[in-house]
Amino acid sequence: MARTEAAAGVNPGARRILLLRGAGLVVLAVVLLLLPMTANAIGDPALITLATRMIIYAIAAASLNLILGYGGLVSFGHAAYFGVGGYVVGILYFHFAADDLFLGFIPGSNQFLITLFAAMVVSGLAALVLGALSLRTTGLQFIMITLAFAQMVFFLFVSLKVYGGDDGLIVRRRNLLFGLNMANDTTFYFVCVTIAALYFAVFWRLVGSRFGLVLGGIRQNERRLAAIGISTYRYKLVAFVIAGIGAGIAGALMANFSKFVSPDMLHWSRSGELMIMVILGGGATLFGPAIGAVILVGLETVLTGWTEHWQFILGPILILIALFTRGGVLTLLENRRAPDA
Amino acid sequence: MTLALEQILNGVQFGVALFLLAAGLTLIFGIMGVINLAHGSLYLIGAYGAALVSQRTGSFILAILAGLAASAIAGLIIEFVVIRKLYARDHVQQVLATFGLILFINEGATILFGRQPLFVAMPPALSGAVEIIPGVPYPTYRLAVIAVGLLVAFGLYLFVNKTRVGMLVRAGATHRDMVRALGVDIRLLYTLVFGLGALLAGLAGLMAGPLLAVQVGMGEQILILTFVVVVIGGVGSIRGAFFGAMIVGITDTLLRGFLPALLRSLMTTSQADALAAGLSSMGIYLIMALVLLIKPQGLFSGQN
Repeated sequence: MARTEAAAGVNPGARRILLLRGAGLVVLAVVLLLLPMTANAIGDPALITLATRMIIYAIAAASLNLILGYGGLVSFGHAAYFGVGGYVVGILYFHFAADDLFLGFIPGSNQFLITLFAAMVVSGLAALVLGALSLRTTGLQFIMITLAFAQMVFFLFVSLKVYGGDDGLIVRRRNLLFGLNMANDTTFYFVCVTIAALYFAVFWRLVGSRFGLVLGGIRQNERRLAAIGISTYRYKLVAFVIAGIGAGIAGALMANFSKFVSPDMLHWSRSGELMIMVILGGGATLFGPAIGAVILVGLETVLTGWTEHWQFILGPILILIALFTRGGVLTLLENRRAPDA
Repeated sequence: MTLALEQILNGVQFGVALFLLAAGLTLIFGIMGVINLAHGSLYLIGAYGAALVSQRTGSFILAILAGLAASAIAGLIIEFVVIRKLYARDHVQQVLATFGLILFINEGATILFGRQPLFVAMPPALSGAVEIIPGVPYPTYRLAVIAVGLLVAFGLYLFVNKTRVGMLVRAGATHRDMVRALGVDIRLLYTLVFGLGALLAGLAGLMAGPLLAVQVGMGEQILILTFVVVVIGGVGSIRGAFFGAMIVGITDTLLRGFLPALLRSLMTTSQADALAAGLSSMGIYLIMALVLLIKPQGLFSGQN
C-alpha cells in the first residue's frame, strides 16, 4: 500500500514521515531499554513480566499479520504453530530431563539456541503440510479449514499422555543461553526484546522485498497476478510457512517464559486472540499487530483486575471495533491524515 | 455385530444434530456471505432455554417450546444488532464481531447460570428402550432424535425445493447479486434465513440436553465440527450438509467406539484410551483433508 512506496519516495512529505518514523523507533528503543529499571524504581516489577508477555504476543501477532494483513489470507488456526513451537521446547526439555531419546534417536536439549531452532523448523514444517492443504481453498472455506486443522493439532497434543495430555508439560528451568541467568525475569525480558528486534528487522526487509510486494498484490487482485505469470499458490504457501515459523519462535519464547506448555496454547480462542491483535492494531502495517498485542494483553490485565467475567466486557468491545472501525486503531489515525485509504 | 449397529445408530443421531447446525450455517454462508462463529451460541441458548424450563416445570413440551423460542429470539436480536451490519464487510470483521458475540454470550451464560453443568431429565415417555431387531434394545430417546432430525431434513428439502421462498433461497445461494438485481427484498430473505438457522441450531441444542451435560463451551465444540461438515459438503448446499453431517457423525462415533479396544491390544489401557481419544478426534479432520485433495469445493458445492 501507500506506506511502503512513500518510504522510497523523495518528496519532502515522505522525508518528514521517514524522520518521524526514525524518531519513533528511537523512542521505542529507549522505552524498552528503560522499562525494567523504571518498573523496579516504582516498585512494580510485575510490569516486566507483563511487558515480556506483550512482546512475545507481538511476535506471534506480527507473524500472523504476514498472511492475514499483507496476504489477505484469513487464517483462524495460527495458535497451532504457536503451540507447536512451545511444545518443541517442552518435549526437548522433557527428554533432556529424563536423559532419553525422542522417537528413539533425537536427544533432548535445554540449550536455548538449539530448542529455538528446532521450534522454528518443526512449526515451519507443520505450516508447510497444513498450509499446502488449506491453501487449496479460499475465502470462507479457508477460514474454516485452518480452524479445523488447528483443532486437529490441539487434539493431537491432548491425546499425548506421555507429554501430560490435557494437563500440559512443566519446563522446570528455562533453557540456557550463553552464561546468562535466564531465571531472572529482567534478563529474560532483554532476551525477548533482542529476538523481537531481530524478528521485526527481518520482517521489515521481507515485506519491502519483491516477495512482500507480490504478497500485497495477491491480496489486492490474485487473478491479475496469476495472469502475469506468477504462481500465486507458491507465494502464499511460502508466506504461510514463514508465518508459521514466526509463531513457532513466539511459542518457544512463551514456553520458556511461563515454564509450562499445555494444549491451551493451541486452543482455537488463542487463534482468535492473535487475529484480534492484528485487526486491532491494523493489518499490513509493521508495528500494528504489536500495538494490538499491547492493547489486548493490557486490556485483559486491567479487566481481569476488575472482574472475573472480563470477557463479558471484552466481547462487546470487539463487536464495536468490528462495526465502527475499518482496519484497526492505527488506520483510524492514518485515515484522518490521508483520506485516500 | 449388535454393537456395530448400535454405534452406527449413535453416529446417525450425532450426524442429525450436526446436520441441524450445518444446514443453517451453510445457508447463512451461502446466501448472506457471512461467517457466523456465534452459530454455536444459538445451540447453547436453545439447550439452556430448554434445560431451565424443564427443571422448573418438569414438562418436556414446554421445554421444547422454550428452547426454540429462546434461540429464535436470540437469533433475531443478533441478526438485527450485529449481523445486519456485517453483510458488506470483510470476513475479518465478521470473524472479529462474531468472536466478540461468543465471548459475550458464553460469559453471560456463566454469570447467569454458573459453571456447573445442567443435567436434563429424559422425558418419561421416551426414557425406555425399543428392540430395533429382536434382542437389540436401543434408547427410545435417541431414536426419537433421529426421527425428528430426518423429518426436519425432509421438511427442509420440501421447503427449499418446492416453495417459492425456497426457490429464492436456492437462487440466493448460487446467484446472490442476480436475486438482488431482480428486485427481491433480500433483507427480509436474510432475516428469514438467519431466523431459520437459529431455530434449527436451537432445536439441535435442546435435543442434545438430555444426552449431554448442558454447559458453557458446548457450542464451540460442536461449531468446529459443523465447520468440517460444511467444508466436506460444500458451502451453500443443504444436501451437502446432510451427507457431510452423516459422514462426520458416523465416522466420529465409530472411531470413538472401536479404536480404544483396537489400541488396547497394542499398549497399556490408559495410554491406549488417551491415544484413541486423540486419534478419533483427528479422524474427521483427516477425512476433510482427503475431501479437499479430491474436491476442494466440497462434495456438493452450490457455488463455483
